[in-house]
Amino acid sequence: MKYVLLLMGNHDGPRCGEDEAPGVEDFVAYDRELQEAGVLAGGFALTDPEDATTVMLDGRGSEPIITAGPYAESREFVGGTFILDVADLDEALRWAAKCPGALDGRVEVRALLDL
Amino acid sequence: MTSDDVLARVHREEHTRLLATLVRRFSDLDLAEDAAQEAMEAAVVAWAERGVPRQPLAWLITTARRKALDRIRRDAGLAQRLARLHVEQDRVAPAAEDLALDADELPDERLAMLMGCCHPALAPADRVALMLRFVGGLSTAEVAQALLVPVPTLQARITRAKKRIATNRIPLTVPDDPAERERRLPLVLTAISLVFTEGYDATGGEHPQRAELTAEAIRLARITERLLPDSAEATGLLALLLLTESRAAARVDDGVPVPLEDQDRGAWDRRLIVEGIRLAERAAAMPDAGRFAIQAAIAAVHAESATFVGTDWRQIVALYDLLLALGEDPVVRMNRAIAVGRADDPATGLELLRALADEPELARHHPYHVALALFHAEVDDDEAAAAAWRRALTLADNSGHRRFIQARLAPRG
Repeated sequence: MKYVLLLMGNHDGPRCGEDEAPGVEDFVAYDRELQEAGVLAGGFALTDPEDATTVMLDGRGSEPIITAGPYAESREFVGGTFILDVADLDEALRWAAKCPGALDGRVEVRALLDL
Repeated sequence: MTSDDVLARVHREEHTRLLATLVRRFSDLDLAEDAAQEAMEAAVVAWAERGVPRQPLAWLITTARRKALDRIRRDAGLAQRLARLHVEQDRVAPAAEDLALDADELPDERLAMLMGCCHPALAPADRVALMLRFVGGLSTAEVAQALLVPVPTLQARITRAKKRIATNRIPLTVPDDPAERERRLPLVLTAISLVFTEGYDATGGEHPQRAELTAEAIRLARITERLLPDSAEATGLLALLLLTESRAAARVDDGVPVPLEDQDRGAWDRRLIVEGIRLAERAAAMPDAGRFAIQAAIAAVHAESATFVGTDWRQIVALYDLLLALGEDPVVRMNRAIAVGRADDPATGLELLRALADEPELARHHPYHVALALFHAEVDDDEAAAAAWRRALTLADNSGHRRFIQARLAPRG
């Protein structure tokens, strides 16, 4: 069963590596741990959320509305993901609890939809 | 006994066990429910034609597993979802459960279901609903009554929880981590006690007692106690249920409840009392003794007393004080007031009861008005007593309670 760990950050929180927040080396170590356990099935780290571009449609067939930056009303953003291939939710939750992204942020665990 | 009678008994006593076994096997509540239902339907025909099998439960499990596999074969999407669970292997080799013919040797998966239903990934409000519905064997309407929510709300909760379990593959198992088991235990014990209460004093219908539910709750409490023998609360709950059950034969007369003071104590089950007292004493001596251990101690004081008037009411008041120290609870307050009324005098008990009149939970709790009526009568205020009886009558939720109250409202002579 595949689960994605969505590493949620907050615009008001410390940046990666700042203060006591986990730094790049923490994520690299975690990545290695997942690989060694044979549960890593993908994932990606993302650039800063303020560099995002948002696309919205005002209805079917309408012209796309393109805005610079993330959806303005949200203070939360996805900073990166890990895709895990594990037996069940308990195993996914055990890995999520070890994820550096759970410090000073939160990790949302979602099962992948099997299409 | 006809095959239909046997089937009805097996359905009553073993349906949740059949369901738990299927959930364990297929990790899919809907599939398990459908397969169990189909197996029951198949049994109606097969048992009437060929006689009841020697091990009805084993027969039902085998048949239901076959029905589930048939369904998986027909439904490609389902097959894909379940492929990782290695159900494929079953098609060639029979699993161990098929060979174990003795029902007692079949693994009992109900505790795994109970613990699984308390998974932290499930919404707290959904957990008890799932336990009562799928392990307690209560109908949707009964669960709604027990949890004081409308039936559609309850149905929505169950649907939502089932979807969450399936979508996220939430394991319905006993956690390996002892600390996690401890965390889930209080809710498991609460659910078991609610099943017992529903059986002991049904919310609806014509039968105030439903023996299959009290028996089921005691079985579940035994399994839990066996798994966690060092838990004061698991031990306390089992003691409490056994001591309460020991009065079963004396507490109802022709469908009408008999109050503790009028019960024939000779009809109390000594065997259950001996076991219950032993467990209650063990629970009380453990460091984490909580509300079930204390309630078991209260039940033990009643069980040890040869007469109602000879009951050690002071000790019972002291135990209610311990319960209140764990948390404020209007029903416990009410019971303490009644005990004070016996330990001191009815007027003092009545005063304490009347001080609770503004508690909304008690205002619609018919035993509160029954207690008021009894104490008003004891201090010779017949008018107030009659008013309290009438109020109790409008709130009583089964026919036994109504008949009990009507008998006291009716003019004597």
